[in-house]
Amino acid sequence: MKRCIIVGGGHAGAEAAFELRKKGWQGEIVLISAESYLPYHRPPISKTYLTGETPLKRLYIKPAAAYEKANICIKLTTKVVDIKPLEHTVTLDSGELLTYDKLILCTGCSSRKLTVPGAELDNVFSIRTLDDIEHIARTLGSNQPPKHIVMIGGGYIGLETAASFKKLGHHVTILERSSRILNRIAAEPIAAHITKLHQAQGVNIFTDKSVTALTGEHAVQAVYCSEGESFKADIVVIGVGAEPNTCLANYAGLQTKQGRIEVNQQGKTSVPDIYAAGDCTIGIEPFSGQNTTLESVPSAVQQAKMVAATICEVPQPQIQVPWFWSDIFDCKLQIAGLYQGYDTVIERVYNCDSKSYWYVKSHKIIAVTCINCPSDFQAGKKILKENITISLSELKNVVNPIIPNTSPVPA
Amino acid sequence: MLKITFIQHDGETIETEVEPGMSIMQAAIENLVEGIEGECGGSGSCATCHCYLSEQWSDKVTQPDNNESQMLEMVNDTTAFSRLSCQVKITKEHNGLSVTLPESQY
Repeated sequence: MKRCIIVGGGHAGAEAAFELRKKGWQGEIVLISAESYLPYHRPPISKTYLTGETPLKRLYIKPAAAYEKANICIKLTTKVVDIKPLEHTVTLDSGELLTYDKLILCTGCSSRKLTVPGAELDNVFSIRTLDDIEHIARTLGSNQPPKHIVMIGGGYIGLETAASFKKLGHHVTILERSSRILNRIAAEPIAAHITKLHQAQGVNIFTDKSVTALTGEHAVQAVYCSEGESFKADIVVIGVGAEPNTCLANYAGLQTKQGRIEVNQQGKTSVPDIYAAGDCTIGIEPFSGQNTTLESVPSAVQQAKMVAATICEVPQPQIQVPWFWSDIFDCKLQIAGLYQGYDTVIERVYNCDSKSYWYVKSHKIIAVTCINCPSDFQAGKKILKENITISLSELKNVVNPIIPNTSPVPA
Repeated sequence: MLKITFIQHDGETIETEVEPGMSIMQAAIENLVEGIEGECGGSGSCATCHCYLSEQWSDKVTQPDNNESQMLEMVNDTTAFSRLSCQVKITKEHNGLSVTLPESQY
């Protein structure tokens, strides 16, 4: 019987396994994950899981019974340590050798390490996996007095986690190296809104802070910045980005670009019978035509579907509009499209808590970022998907519907 | 345990038994009911868990909040009984509830 091996138990890996079965793969499916949990939804771990609102069993992408039903063999707490493309084999950390007919790498990313003195102290954490969150939760304890938590990095993970810590009653400080939070990943007005949101809840945000050292005896006690300034810290959480896991790809001799596995629009790598999906890849994003990586759940899921379709030799899935979301305090942030290369931004304001920003390039909408206005997000997605032309001059006027002949939105 | 019935677009009926406290989306996923994507994991951000409640049950569950109503606006083939299944919590009053699934979530 033929065998497809999937390496990596994140969103892409889990989706690939089930999609292969759904699309008619008759052979074995072996899903190998280094983590000890069944594949789980990653976005909630730093949010409702950390705050205790979502229990572990609600995080799983599929329950254990679903793997049995789809006849997917899942090997947890197992690492692939080598790939030999000519022999079509992978070597597991147990020494076991498995042959494959098709191999899908969904190895994802790891948290970028902070390379400053003291980064190895106790109570310094990253946020990527459930284990990371478990370590943090254990250190926080329950019913303990509030702790001083310093988040290094003002990206989405840092901001979302800071909001969760604040909800739990801790003292939270965010240190960002550049001149504003969400630098490079969100436009200025969005960053300003989210900064305000945190400040209103009592989270301290300091920008232009370059961390030079963490100090403490065994556990961290303080964070030092370049101008000698220091911040008290019982816990430090590092959110300074992610590095793709391409070690195995390199062993297998796959072509990489900017440190990621290069894939074509069918999810094929440069080596026959090896495919890749998710954050570890770079390739032409079908909607925009950009050669890029979208580190997001919808993109990982879509790429996994593409790979499954390729392997099963069935038509490729419908192209999806790239989209992203984030929940920070009570703020719902939703983004459709890719805003890179815009020439104009049109603001549509319902009130100070509910607004959308429309990115325009050569008189055409290319993306929309929505703060607490899901209907604008949905309209934006539809406009992008169906290539609908709308009046840009009317867009800022909230009494008019965004797409003509639809009812206006009650704010 | 509560009996919840899922009816697929093609008419296939799946009877499930679920614990109170979970959402309709979770009930579908845990009982291996196909037809609900739930890409965002149940945070009401993606609208890929669209379902139709039967008329008799639609007013016996918590009503959609502003976010859900807005998300449903652009979903294909909505009716007055359309809901995002991640936002409908099943409680002990809902024994016998039935849910119909759309042809596609996209």
